[in-house]
Amino acid sequence: MTDAIFASPADAGRRLAGVRYLADDAIATTVFLAQALGKPLLVEGPAGVGKTELAKAVAAATGAELIRLQCYEGLDEARALYEFNYKKQLLAIQAAPADRAWQETHDDIFSEEFLLERPLLAAIRRSDPTVLLIDEADKADVEVEGMLLEVLSDFQVTIPELGTVAAVRRPFVLITSNAARELSEALKRRCLYLHLGYPAPDRERDIVLAQVPGIEAALAEQLVRTVGTLRDLEIKKAPSIAETVDWARTLLALGLDDLDEAAVGRTLGVVLKHVSDQERAAKELGLSG
Amino acid sequence: MASLVDRHTGFVAELRRAGLPVSVAEGLDAVRAVRAVDLLDRESLRAAYAATVVKRPQHRATFDTLFDLWFPAAVGDGAGAARDPERPARTVDDDGRPVPAALDPRVQRRREELADLLLSGDDAGLRRFARLAVAEYGRTPGQESWFSSGVLSALSPETLMARLLEAVLTGRERGGMAERVARRTFRDRIARFSGLVAGEVRRRIAEDTGVERTARIAVRPPLERLDFAGATRAEMEALRREVYPLARKLASRLVQRQRHGRRGRLDFRRTVRASLASGGVPLTTHHRPRRPHRPELVVLCDASDSVSAFAHFTLLLTFALREQFSKVRAFAFIDATDEITKYFAPGADVTGAMTRLAAEADLVWITGRSNYGHAFKVFDDRYRDAVTPRTSLLILGDARSNYGELSLPIVRSMVDRARHAYWLNPEPRAQWDTGDSAASRYGELLPMYECRNLTQLTAFIEELA
Repeated sequence: MTDAIFASPADAGRRLAGVRYLADDAIATTVFLAQALGKPLLVEGPAGVGKTELAKAVAAATGAELIRLQCYEGLDEARALYEFNYKKQLLAIQAAPADRAWQETHDDIFSEEFLLERPLLAAIRRSDPTVLLIDEADKADVEVEGMLLEVLSDFQVTIPELGTVAAVRRPFVLITSNAARELSEALKRRCLYLHLGYPAPDRERDIVLAQVPGIEAALAEQLVRTVGTLRDLEIKKAPSIAETVDWARTLLALGLDDLDEAAVGRTLGVVLKHVSDQERAAKELGLSG
Repeated sequence: MASLVDRHTGFVAELRRAGLPVSVAEGLDAVRAVRAVDLLDRESLRAAYAATVVKRPQHRATFDTLFDLWFPAAVGDGAGAARDPERPARTVDDDGRPVPAALDPRVQRRREELADLLLSGDDAGLRRFARLAVAEYGRTPGQESWFSSGVLSALSPETLMARLLEAVLTGRERGGMAERVARRTFRDRIARFSGLVAGEVRRRIAEDTGVERTARIAVRPPLERLDFAGATRAEMEALRREVYPLARKLASRLVQRQRHGRRGRLDFRRTVRASLASGGVPLTTHHRPRRPHRPELVVLCDASDSVSAFAHFTLLLTFALREQFSKVRAFAFIDATDEITKYFAPGADVTGAMTRLAAEADLVWITGRSNYGHAFKVFDDRYRDAVTPRTSLLILGDARSNYGELSLPIVRSMVDRARHAYWLNPEPRAQWDTGDSAASRYGELLPMYECRNLTQLTAFIEELA
């Protein structure tokens, strides 16, 4: 029911690349399918592999507006869906002329004017192309998932005082999760699923080259392989793509053109942010000092 | 078209049989997805299936194995495997037996090719080469079936490592970071080659004997149903990665439970302040946060050889728990008991902790074989104060005491003192009480759970929280 925005998986890949998001075949195909089947796309994977970036890239590539719902513990309907503006309602009651019938006032204060729309409702009511990003769904409580189910299966919201609001135009929905908590089977069943891992060395090199203009291909290659080795170590926080890119920028800023032990030792803090991780890396990679 | 539908239903049925929970709705989604992509593009087809039927990363390996069987990349020798039937792949000596691989010039030429491919990292080339190599070396004359061992022993890719390193590290000193990084890269590529060969062998076997039968032999159970004791090294690593989320889950469940209780006391000041905005009507009430109740955990873990795979795993669980709770005390025992909490200080390095633990902890009293009775006695003597009415006590072990004493009264008193007590036993329930197992005698004192895979461990964590 979404308008066909991508013609084929290859087209999706090309247009994402156009906004500097390098998608591999699996990503391009899955994004294309989510759009073609009109289903929400659940993207899971470790922090920093570009899950949120993917939503932004889809929005940029299709000229859609990005509406973002950041999940957190204690997120509720009033923050995610809609709420009535109590204060304004109270004001309206107080300001109402004395001779006005209560029923009239009542109808009045539960109208559109007093409705505060939150991301989910906003995404459904928009008539222009929309990408709805539900970020870090695993952070929210289980109850929120129930609410999402309702919204995502029918793309409609029922507001008791106003009636049912159905989507004019289905938004492209992307849900991200770090898998801190297993999402419910029911939610997973309704979504397409994409697991984003750390990229293959070639793809990561291309990402570095695209994001950091001026870096030598050979250095990027060396950098990506080193980051890969770091990710293999049993450390607490494996370096993300963003950190690889940061590292590349750091090396460029320092004017280093070879990644030897000394250079790694000096700049390790850019990619590893725990002391124990740094110690472990120093030991495993044979860095001196 | 009918054959495609059959293929689809057969594939989905086999996924279910292998333990993937594919619902009917997901199967239908898969059909819709498959119709939307170009069927001739095999990777698109794979992605379409993966997006609709695989909803957990642990299931991906099983899925890929089955996908390769059901939607094979090639038929017969496959396109691109330009094989010359006139020339056998191995040189034959005067007696008609193949020359040893190391002396066979043809094998050596193939090894050169493989080395070049590994060096350049050309994946498409490697895939073609794997197909060719299986055709040549996967079946020795007289053999009925295909084996990857033939290919791997003829080409022995592991022995190419020195040469590959030599090629990249020209002039640079050895043993440093550059070598480690290069070594890892080549190790990955060699592993990739072995994987390709294994896949190709499976494909050929499937062609000979049928897809379903091959699938039944080829597919390992998904990670969450994999036996801790029977896990390969790679699987153990994967299991290890699963432990952290579990520990987090346990921690968050314990916290959630208290949050779902009553809200804290009314915060009068904040409520009144907030009511100013609504003309003095307190529309929203504010509450003080509840003081968190910190659950305490005491873990007592059998570290003997008979449960070593399990012990390794549970120690990791302990480690993960240690990072989630402020108060976890861990003890390990074989025939004596020692506190191991200190090796698991927050921020400590996990592999280092395991080595230090093995070297330094005082676990062995005389025999070095599990003696539950003595271990409990030592625990009771030295760490009696560890178990308090606020403690959840977790005992991990197979309850095989080598016919030694059991110290049941001591265990009973520990259980009585603790708030909760649980015993996780890595042995299949059917083997409990056979031989020297004292499972049910301990089981009378505290609930004992069979715990030999992630599913059971997860179930237990739900129970505990």
